[in-house]
Amino acid sequence: MIPVSFDYVEATSVEHALALFAEHDDSKFLAGGHSLVPMMKLRLVSSSVLIDIGRITELSYIEDRGDHIAVGALTRHREVEGSSLLAEHLGLLAHVAGQVGDPQVRNRGTLGGSLVHGDPAADLPSAALALGASMVITGAGGTRVVPAAEFFVNFLETAVGDGELLTEIRFPKRTGDGWAYQKFNRRAMDYAIVAVAVQLGQNPGIALVNMGSTPHFASAASAALAAGSPASAVADVVVEGTEAWNDANATREYREHLARVLTIRALAQTGYTS
Amino acid sequence: MSTVSVSVTVNGELRTHEVEPRVLLVHYLRDVLRLTGTHVGCDTSNCGACTVILDGAAVKSCTVLAVQARGGEITTIEGLAAPGEPFSAVQQGFHQEHGLQCGFCTPGMIMACTALLGENPDPTEHEIRHALEGNLCRCTGYQMIVNSVRWAAEHPDGIVPESSDAASSAPSTQGAGS
Repeated sequence: MIPVSFDYVEATSVEHALALFAEHDDSKFLAGGHSLVPMMKLRLVSSSVLIDIGRITELSYIEDRGDHIAVGALTRHREVEGSSLLAEHLGLLAHVAGQVGDPQVRNRGTLGGSLVHGDPAADLPSAALALGASMVITGAGGTRVVPAAEFFVNFLETAVGDGELLTEIRFPKRTGDGWAYQKFNRRAMDYAIVAVAVQLGQNPGIALVNMGSTPHFASAASAALAAGSPASAVADVVVEGTEAWNDANATREYREHLARVLTIRALAQTGYTS
Repeated sequence: MSTVSVSVTVNGELRTHEVEPRVLLVHYLRDVLRLTGTHVGCDTSNCGACTVILDGAAVKSCTVLAVQARGGEITTIEGLAAPGEPFSAVQQGFHQEHGLQCGFCTPGMIMACTALLGENPDPTEHEIRHALEGNLCRCTGYQMIVNSVRWAAEHPDGIVPESSDAASSAPSTQGAGS
């Protein structure tokens, strides 16, 4: 499979990337390319110009900023997975990064690229939601910060507008708090049929993978967790507000069942007691 | 139609070509450089048959544009051992432990295993299986591939011990399920 022809330009900085976008009609940003290139090969997506931001090294970092850790949008999954700083303060994020695809995919794919793609079946958006991350979006007019809960607006659509870039993701530290990620799939490298991310601590969060058209923050279940409800009561409300679809892998009812079971398992894994 | 100049070092040799931006790295390797050891399997970044090593990391070359590899160093299966030269440790491991049957997945499998041993020279069976998540083999059931990687880990110079001719033809117990 071969993509439709396009022109290629390489950006050397965030400012340069934004200027190139303004200059070229019908252009798209290319980061690690592990969502965009497959879609272009399938000809689900085409673009006259690809602006390669994959070599902007200033957007690849994991920094301790006191109460939070900032991760540059172009940090590859492999670096997130292997970061000792994240392992200490944000175990859920490092673990979930290691559940994306397979080693070859994690060597190329980027955190920002995965989040901006906004795929409801992807792993990392659930970590961003459960952890209460903040997304730093840069455009010609400067930067704005959007909470993860408002970031995923529709199927494959996020708060990042035309001519904007997600440049940084900020995660409040969760040092010492329990977490778990339960992913149900049939082959190791597959997308989740359903997955549940759980973060305990001061602002507990539960997020669901593949339970509707966007990555889903389970607000009722998260509130139940904050109130110290028993695990079964948390699981009972976890699918509230979801609109899971039927496909070759699972019916909506089966997905809802999985979400409840995986929530119980995840809470058991953290040692959560009401 | 625009082209871009792509310079990459492939198996130690600097190669420069004008290519269309849409050319995938695997097609650049196979069709332009005629290095056909790298296979196209599923063409959807699932099977890993197209795995090569780019700047030290295993990548699926069907999901990387050639232009994204600009300035990079690539090792393909052809780069592991020149014709007539001794096999690399991983290649020899696949030979010793029968890590292949039809052979279609083997170039990608060997490159993924080579990258693994580069990062972790003494992996456990679990680590090997985890590292090979992205490579499908429909013949071997994987056990002999795991044995092959363990053989390579135990013989990093790839040299078959002279005295173990008989022993080497028996399945290794190292790395096998316990």
